Amino acid sequence: MNPSQFEMLVPAILAALPQGMRFSLYGSGEESDFVRFNQGKVRQSGSVSQGEVSLSLIDGKRHASVDIGLSGVDSVDAKRITSAVTNLAQTVPLLPEDPHLLLPDTVVHTSQIDDTTAPDAILVTQAVCQATKGTDFVGIYAGGRQWRAFANDMGQRNWFESSSFLLDYSIVHSKDKAIKSSIGGTVWSDQALVQSIEEAKSQLTALNQPSRAIPPGSYRAYLTPAAVVEVLELMSYGGFSAESQQRKSSVLNRLVAGDAQLDARVTLTEDGGRGLGPKFSADGFVAPDQVVLVSKGQHANALTCPRTAVEFDIPHNGATPGENTQSLTMAGGDLPQAEALARLGAGVWVSNLWYLNHSDRNAARFTGMTRFATFWVEDGKLVAPLDVMRFDATLYDLFGKDLEALTQEVQLMPSASTYEARSTAFLEVPGALVKALPFTL
Amino acid sequence: MHQALAKRFRDALPTGPNHISMRLVERRDEALMVRNDVVQPPGTSENIGIIITVHEGGGQGYAATPDLSASGIATAISRARQWAKITAGISVIDTGTLAMDTPKGEWRSPVQTPWSEVPISERIDRLRQACAAAAIDERIINREASVMANDTRTLLLTSDGGEVYQHTQSVGPELSVVVHANGDTQRRSFGGGRGAVRQGGIEVLDQLGFDACPLRVAQEAIALLEAPNCPTGKMDLVLAPDQMMLQIHESIGHPIELDRILGDERNYAGTSFVTLDMFGHYQYGSELLNVSFAPDVTGQLASYGWDDDGTQAERVLLIEKGLLMRPLGGSISQKRGNIAGVANSRGCSWNRPTMDRMANLNVEAGNTPLDELLAGIEHGVFMQTNTSWSIDDSRNKFQFGCEIGREIVDGKLGKILKNPNYRGISANFWRNLATVGDPSTVGIFGTPFCGKGEPNQVISVGHASPVCHFSNIDVFGGAA
Repeated sequence: MNPSQFEMLVPAILAALPQGMRFSLYGSGEESDFVRFNQGKVRQSGSVSQGEVSLSLIDGKRHASVDIGLSGVDSVDAKRITSAVTNLAQTVPLLPEDPHLLLPDTVVHTSQIDDTTAPDAILVTQAVCQATKGTDFVGIYAGGRQWRAFANDMGQRNWFESSSFLLDYSIVHSKDKAIKSSIGGTVWSDQALVQSIEEAKSQLTALNQPSRAIPPGSYRAYLTPAAVVEVLELMSYGGFSAESQQRKSSVLNRLVAGDAQLDARVTLTEDGGRGLGPKFSADGFVAPDQVVLVSKGQHANALTCPRTAVEFDIPHNGATPGENTQSLTMAGGDLPQAEALARLGAGVWVSNLWYLNHSDRNAARFTGMTRFATFWVEDGKLVAPLDVMRFDATLYDLFGKDLEALTQEVQLMPSASTYEARSTAFLEVPGALVKALPFTL
Repeated sequence: MHQALAKRFRDALPTGPNHISMRLVERRDEALMVRNDVVQPPGTSENIGIIITVHEGGGQGYAATPDLSASGIATAISRARQWAKITAGISVIDTGTLAMDTPKGEWRSPVQTPWSEVPISERIDRLRQACAAAAIDERIINREASVMANDTRTLLLTSDGGEVYQHTQSVGPELSVVVHANGDTQRRSFGGGRGAVRQGGIEVLDQLGFDACPLRVAQEAIALLEAPNCPTGKMDLVLAPDQMMLQIHESIGHPIELDRILGDERNYAGTSFVTLDMFGHYQYGSELLNVSFAPDVTGQLASYGWDDDGTQAERVLLIEKGLLMRPLGGSISQKRGNIAGVANSRGCSWNRPTMDRMANLNVEAGNTPLDELLAGIEHGVFMQTNTSWSIDDSRNKFQFGCEIGREIVDGKLGKILKNPNYRGISANFWRNLATVGDPSTVGIFGTPFCGKGEPNQVISVGHASPVCHFSNIDVFGGAA
């Protein structure tokens, strides 16, 4: 799909649109290659071509929408969109007025086009199998071209198009012990692949020591950026949503109410201005480049979509429906990454966390597991890998009273999610040194 | 359309590959919700496409496309063959050794009145009434009544003449009530997490008693606001079927998936504490534990006639009297692991390849009536409806939370408890299964949201279970 193919759908809509009705059209699609690896070999490999549009018809305060898969064949898609307009036009009058509907009242065009060509996945596959020979390599290569688009009856047009890839992988030492890493971007490099694999292999040696079990209790701990991402992703799941906050369902209720706060070094920002994903929402609103969510430990703003704004009579900031973060960044601190191990001194080095979930939402208390590579540290040195441990902590402790330092360096972590389609989301975070991580099991 | 498509596929078949399949998936989804008496924008989606899978020269490849034309099919076959060629010799299995089935037949969900055939105004009114009926107290700050309905038609064609058509329809209602007072927020639901979802049409709402649930749900939500926290300590734990669903899913279903055991999921969904050598003799649970792969349960969410690799689906006991007998593994995993499995190789839609999934995975009923089951407990907690779940990479150390608890004292249900949680280790937990409820205690649940795989896939699975009693479990509540 290219902008002209998407644009061709508009005349088909207008031709079938009943007089007085308005429309909006949001589209997304990809030409992706996926290669799944296990034990350094290919488990599954293939290519997926897919596109979809969400068509909305609006008559005053009544409206309905339908998501339609695109065939990629212009004549077929024109028929599908015409049929969808006809069906929606019959449905809209049957629906009650929607008191929370808000449409864009100004036209804002955007265009984000990255002309980079996607890597040749077949060459990538050969390179990966070559570079990982002799290792227990497992993971996924996902790459290709993606697009997002918006059009409405006011003439607004938005287009996002980019090529990218992500090789998200683990090299397994034994059982559940592994080094997890990834390389991603827009331009593939065999040299970068080899460097990444060699670095992971060198870290494997730290897992050679017999693993150690520690009893439940609180331990000093260093969370790598990959581990911090897991905490922030849980927090993001409705936590920054204005709707959740208004309905008192956000895990950050106490922060929003001013009854609790995070450490003054914690600043979180939705940073859509990076341009790694589309700047427009499916509703056709364009978000500001930055929305500060937590400033110096205090609640600052929520992600507010137009619908929530009308319902609760608050201003919106162009957030996507669902009000989840797409580009969350956490400000770095003053601890040089290279000194993190020494500053930890004695305690637990947590490379990865896993399967976080709430254990008491009101208290922002959550649980989760360590995963892949967690180490017992003494005298600033990795002493032995630890068996996986379960923790149960509150956000206000972990990133509040127990936060000792954040690293100066922040790490960009593209989302590896490929549910339904490849994600364009990312997080950028520092590592975190904490005085106490409470292990329970 | 299907006949024309089949002809285009067969006309496009090249002679080189050992095996080529084409799976057509045509799905329609609808999501309706009434929130605080306001009808939310209905969401409908329609999608159709095919995935071509090729086994050739020992390699394998797939190509998924929404282009159903002759040229679209030919292009997809060509791309899949490219992948097969390049992966020959570097695949985890030599696909030349696979003997894929040649399935033939049709299968349909039992449906009395298809959801889509009921006028939209009636569908919405049903939800409006439920939402309104929950408005019983000013501390209720959110009421939502919703339905997710799905209609999926699949056509599987194989190069050796196989042809299977399957049509599934499902309806999943949910009603939730959120209450807030004095800084505390509590939620109670019917079908929370879309657990009360079944194959069928609008009659599913009657089967589940949806219209009658709002008052009870609202009353329980308010009671939670006034309830004490769940106590902490080692005690007896009784789980309702809508929590057993999650317990089965996470600590039996995922660990015995054969692709996990073979290592495919280690970078994402995780590995398993179960190893191939355990099958046939490992004591997974107490002798009361019987677990079936049950694709034949009428109306259960993941019932079907064939899996997406074309293997005919049959009921099999996977755990018998506590002994682990068989993994959840489809034909390809069975060949890789050299072990018998089940027909559970499925793809979530046309844009994803097949892999091992749970389908319906059920705990079989015992013979103890509920009152008798409770009578044997001096001190414990009864928990209902999952709200939080977390389990380790190997599916061993878990911690689960529920919406509502009930104290059990001297064999009787007592006061309501809020924030009930428990934790344990799978390998020990099922051995503490002390009593299994009789058929009158069985609930049929499921989830449309089981996620795993690279690329990621979300698929529907079903879990039916009686009420079950576990002894000596680590139970705890929320923060003070």
